[in-house]
Amino acid sequence: MRRIGAGAINAIARCGFAARFFVAVLYHSPSAFHRLQLTAREIYFAGVLSLVVIMVSGLFVGMVLGLQGYDSLNKYGAGDSLGIFVGLSLVRELGPVVAGLLFASRAGSAITAEIGLMKTTEQLSAMEMMAVDPLARIVAPRFWGGVIAMPLLAALFSVMGVFGAYLVGVRLIGVDNGTFWGNMQAGIDFWPDITNGIIKSVVFGVAVSLIAVFEGYDAKPTAEGVSAATTRTVVGGSLAILALDFVLTVFMFRGMANV
Amino acid sequence: MKSTPPQPAAASAAAVTNAIELADVTFGYNRRQPVLKGITMTIPRGKVVAIMGGSGCGKTTILRLIGGQLRQQSGNVRVGGQSVRDLTRDQLFALRRRIGMLFQFGALFTDMTVFENVAFPMREHTDLADSLIRDLVLMKLQAVGLRGAAQFKPSELSGGMARRVALARAVALDPMLVMYDEPFAGLDPISLGIVGQLIRKLNDALGITSVVVTHDVYESLKIVDYLYFVSAGRIIAQGTPDEVRNSADPFVRQFVDGDPDGPVAFHYPARPYAEDLTARAR
Repeated sequence: MRRIGAGAINAIARCGFAARFFVAVLYHSPSAFHRLQLTAREIYFAGVLSLVVIMVSGLFVGMVLGLQGYDSLNKYGAGDSLGIFVGLSLVRELGPVVAGLLFASRAGSAITAEIGLMKTTEQLSAMEMMAVDPLARIVAPRFWGGVIAMPLLAALFSVMGVFGAYLVGVRLIGVDNGTFWGNMQAGIDFWPDITNGIIKSVVFGVAVSLIAVFEGYDAKPTAEGVSAATTRTVVGGSLAILALDFVLTVFMFRGMANV
Repeated sequence: MKSTPPQPAAASAAAVTNAIELADVTFGYNRRQPVLKGITMTIPRGKVVAIMGGSGCGKTTILRLIGGQLRQQSGNVRVGGQSVRDLTRDQLFALRRRIGMLFQFGALFTDMTVFENVAFPMREHTDLADSLIRDLVLMKLQAVGLRGAAQFKPSELSGGMARRVALARAVALDPMLVMYDEPFAGLDPISLGIVGQLIRKLNDALGITSVVVTHDVYESLKIVDYLYFVSAGRIIAQGTPDEVRNSADPFVRQFVDGDPDGPVAFHYPARPYAEDLTARAR
C-alpha cells in the first residue's frame, strides 16, 4: 500500500515537473526563433531525416487501403467510391495518427537519446557553467523543430497514401481515373476535413516533441537511464497520440454534427 | 597538519584578496545524508589550490556549490566577493561568465568541431566579428598545443587531447577562476604531465585562480600552491605541498603513500564476516 502511495506521489510530482518544464520551454521559445538556424537544423533532423520512413509507410498504407477498401466497397457496388474512402481515411485519421506514431519512433526517440546523452556526458552541465541555458539553446529548438516538422510529415504521409491507393485502385484494379479523383475532390472539404487533420497533427507534434525533450532532460545520466527514457518516449508518445486522437475526434465529430 | 592558506585575507578585504570563500558549508542531496559537513576553506586569488579526497567524499559537490549549480543548506559560499546563494539567475549567469570549468571527461559538444567548441562561449557571450573569434580560438588552441586539430571532431581526439581542448574552452573568455574536475583521470603519463603543466602555466600567464579537484597526489604536489584533504564531507587536513610531503597525519600518509588500509578503511562497514557466512550456511 505504501509502495502504491509512493508511486502515485512520484507520478504526480513528475507531472508537476513536466508542466513546469513545458512552461519553461515556452518561456525560452523566443530564443528558438530569434536564432532561427538552430530550429532549422532541428527541423532537418526531425523532419527531413524522417522523410524516407514516412513516405514509404504512407505509400504502403495507401496501397493496402486501396486493396482492402475496394474489396469491401465493391461488395456493396460502391467500388467507385474508393477515392473518397481513401482520401477521408488518410486526411482525417491515418495521416496524422500513423505519421505521429512513426514520428515518435524515429524522431522522438532520437531527440530523447541525444539530450539524454548530452546530460550523461555533462554537456548540459558544461553549458550551464558557461552561462548558457540549455533550455534555450538545446531544448526549445528541438521542441519547435518537432512541432513544425510533424504536420508537414503528416501531410506528406497522406499524399503518398493517396498516391498508393491510386496506383492500386486505378492502375491495378481498373477503377475509373476521373471517378477516383472526382469523388475525392467532391467529398473532401478543406474545412472541416483537412483542417481537422492539420489540427490533429499539430497537437500530436506538440505532445510527442514535449515528451521527447522532457524525457531526455529528465533522464538518469547513465546508459540504462537514457535507454529507459528513450523507451518511455516511444511508449508514452504513442499512447498520447492515440488518446489525444480519440479526444480530438469526439470534439471534431460534435462540431461536424452541429454543422 | 594544518597550516594557514597562502596569503590569508582579513575579513574586510576578503573580497579583494580571496577568489573563493566557503564558511561552515553544509550540503546534502537529502536531509538525512549530508555530503558536506561544515566545510570552511579559503582560496586566494592567483593561486592553484587542490581539493583532494577519495571517490564520493564530496569534492565535486564543492565545485558545484562554487558554480551555483547546487545551493548549500547552511553556511556561506562567496565567489569574487559575492554570496552565490543570494544571486538572482541573471547575476549567477554573469558570475559564471567569469568562471571556466573543465569537466572530468571534457564534456565537449560532440556535434561541433574542436574549433567550434572553443568558439562556443565567445559566440554566445560576445558580438565579436568572426575573423576576430577565429584568431582568438587559434590563440587558445595554440596555448594548449592543438591548433593543428582545430577541425577535428571530439570523437577523433584522445582523452588527453579532449581534456586540453576543454581547457582551451574553459579559458576562452579569460575568466578570473577556472575549476578543474578530475583533470588527470584516465590519462597516460605524458598527457597527465602536459595537462598538469598547462594548468600551472595558464594560471600564471593569465593571472587566474585555479581550483583542482583530484585524487592524483603525485601530479598535484608538483603544480599546486595549497591542498585541502576532504574525507566523509569534512576537511581533515590542509597544507602546502611541502607540508603534505612531510606530514605525519595518518590520513595524509595513507593518501600520499597509497596504502589500501588506514583511516580510510578498505572494507565498507558491514556486520561481522563470520556472521554473514554462517547466515548463508543456515
